[in-house]
Amino acid sequence: MSGGTYLGMPAFPKAAHEAVRDTTLRGNLRHATHTIRAKRATAVAELSDWAELREAGKQIKDHTLRNLDTYLVQLEESVTAAGGTVHWAVDADEANRIVTRLVKATGESEVVKVKSMATQEIGLNEALEAEGIDAYETDLAELIVQLGKDRPSHILVPAIHRNRGEIRDIFAREMGEWGRPAPEGLTDTPAELADAARLHLREKFLRAKVGVSGANFMVAETGTLVVVESEGNGRMCLTLPETLISVVGIEKIVPTWQDLEVFLQTLPRSSTAERMNPYTSTWTGTTDEDGPRDFHLVLIDNGRTDTLADEVGRQALRCIRCSACLNVCPVYERAGGHAYGSVYPGPIGAILSPQLRGTGSEIDASLPYASSLCGACYDVCPVAIDIPEVLVHLRERVVQGGPVTREGARVVVKPAKGHAAERAAMRAARWAFSHPGALRTGQRLASRTRRFHPRTLPGPGRAWSETRSLPVVPAEPFRDWWQRTHGGKDTAK
Amino acid sequence: MSSRDLILARVRRAIADVPRDDTPYEQAFERGYLREHGSRDAGRTVDLLAENLADYRALVHRCTAGELAATIARLLAERGSASVAVPTGLPPEWLAATDVTQVPDSAADTPAELDRVDSVVTACAVAVAETGTIVLDGSPDQGRRRITLVPDHHICVVRVPDQVVSSVPRGLERLDPLRPLTWISGPSATSDIELDRVEGVHGPRTLEVVLVSGE
Repeated sequence: MSGGTYLGMPAFPKAAHEAVRDTTLRGNLRHATHTIRAKRATAVAELSDWAELREAGKQIKDHTLRNLDTYLVQLEESVTAAGGTVHWAVDADEANRIVTRLVKATGESEVVKVKSMATQEIGLNEALEAEGIDAYETDLAELIVQLGKDRPSHILVPAIHRNRGEIRDIFAREMGEWGRPAPEGLTDTPAELADAARLHLREKFLRAKVGVSGANFMVAETGTLVVVESEGNGRMCLTLPETLISVVGIEKIVPTWQDLEVFLQTLPRSSTAERMNPYTSTWTGTTDEDGPRDFHLVLIDNGRTDTLADEVGRQALRCIRCSACLNVCPVYERAGGHAYGSVYPGPIGAILSPQLRGTGSEIDASLPYASSLCGACYDVCPVAIDIPEVLVHLRERVVQGGPVTREGARVVVKPAKGHAAERAAMRAARWAFSHPGALRTGQRLASRTRRFHPRTLPGPGRAWSETRSLPVVPAEPFRDWWQRTHGGKDTAK
Repeated sequence: MSSRDLILARVRRAIADVPRDDTPYEQAFERGYLREHGSRDAGRTVDLLAENLADYRALVHRCTAGELAATIARLLAERGSASVAVPTGLPPEWLAATDVTQVPDSAADTPAELDRVDSVVTACAVAVAETGTIVLDGSPDQGRRRITLVPDHHICVVRVPDQVVSSVPRGLERLDPLRPLTWISGPSATSDIELDRVEGVHGPRTLEVVLVSGE
């Protein structure tokens, strides 16, 4: 497993090609995704009004996005009125600078972190490390990833690609480097591993002065932030430190307190397949003598407003990061999360990352193709994001280019590199289909030479055939077969 | 231009295609979902709470108000606790039958001091039957958030049936968003290792819920 960064990742087809050959990885993934998929279906079936909850979730999020400026301002006012401080960050660098400055102002050189997609997205841990600040991940799976010098591969269970034996080895080898070492004779039973993590992390929690979190929801009307979790590490980070810094994407707003009744029903059942996750914490600014004295909210854009500008793609911002789409995706199940080259893997990652980052890089241009378009992701999505629709939309963008918004400015992007052959082939097909004589001649020629066809295409067609099996050309073209067996007459009449 | 103004300007440009709509939020769309699932009387709702709590591996006990002090004393004794954290507003009679050392909730205590306390006893604000959830809102009988987090054993008293609601929507209606809330559904748990559920990583590994009825 290579380093803790997504920079310079190979494009999806290459990464996936390697991943599918890793039988341990495939076994771990298959076990995990199938287990949670079945459990989720049961949990969802308990609610007879699931379809209505899903529709309401979609409507609330769409309404919020359509009025995001109003709700952002309202949120800022309510958080400030409740004793918090709001900061705005246009991109990852600015967000990292703000958090670094806030941590330095406390005089501390270590922070405890609740698992947060937003801080992973901006590379906060690395940015803090560069400034001499240690950031400790406290979610068990994130700890496994951090100690293993690895990258997360799933939104909800970031170490899903590791089995218990691998985790035992990582704990035994690495814990001592970071703090309290793993107990002697540690076995690979999940209970013992969890206990080792408890002891290792507790000393960090008890002395921590600064906590960093994300949030699942922010309520504009009240200024309330919500964190949904299982282990209690979230509660530790949100209540024991003196300073709490929450880094949250601007799309995570819901307008009213009542709206939580929808998402607190759909999120746990979609993600961990539970009626309710073990712990949900909500806080509104600061409370005297209960929890942190200082609360900072860092609102990040980092490509979200560009995504919002895309009329088809903006629905990706409805995402509540439940990860149900990962668990049902046949492509994710085989390729694993790392192949997506982003903190957002799976179907949602395939539409979110190329929008947040643009389709300029090889990996981002490849992501809209990391799908079989089977639609299972859309079926399970609790906010009804039509992921296949956005995938097709982004494929068009990659192949044809066109107008997009980048850093707030309207620009026209060129077709992505490597798709020239596809465009040429489509043009040729258009010509052939409108010239029946040429098509017939071509098909007969192809049939006669079929024994000599290569397994991959040469030249510019190579990019296409690298990740696909070439179809076998039949011994006789269909049109000839039809002529021979039906004499060209339509017998259906 | 500040980053705030820049982001807001970008948002406005991004949604310029959307016609502005002044419909009040309450009327902007249908909330077609249910306020609660199924119909039950108060007794059945309490039973459902007990079932769902137990399903997520909380230990559930039932008693009358008159038996509460003895029940709490018994649970602390069975656990072998030497000390118990106590919210300032906890009814003193709840702990009248135990001689375990009481540690009053105090802002001055450090987390390390709290870590040496064995158990904690609290009341709750509301309990949600459909999900098996108890909610604490930091009222004087529940104390600061950390006292139900750091000790390894939490005994939570729910007054039934008044504190029990059927559903998440009914629970939210009763809660004040300006208070810090902790929703607890079973003890601390993780499924991070091969999706095997393991109780207790960072929060209390044992959650005992006492459903206390009548006076």
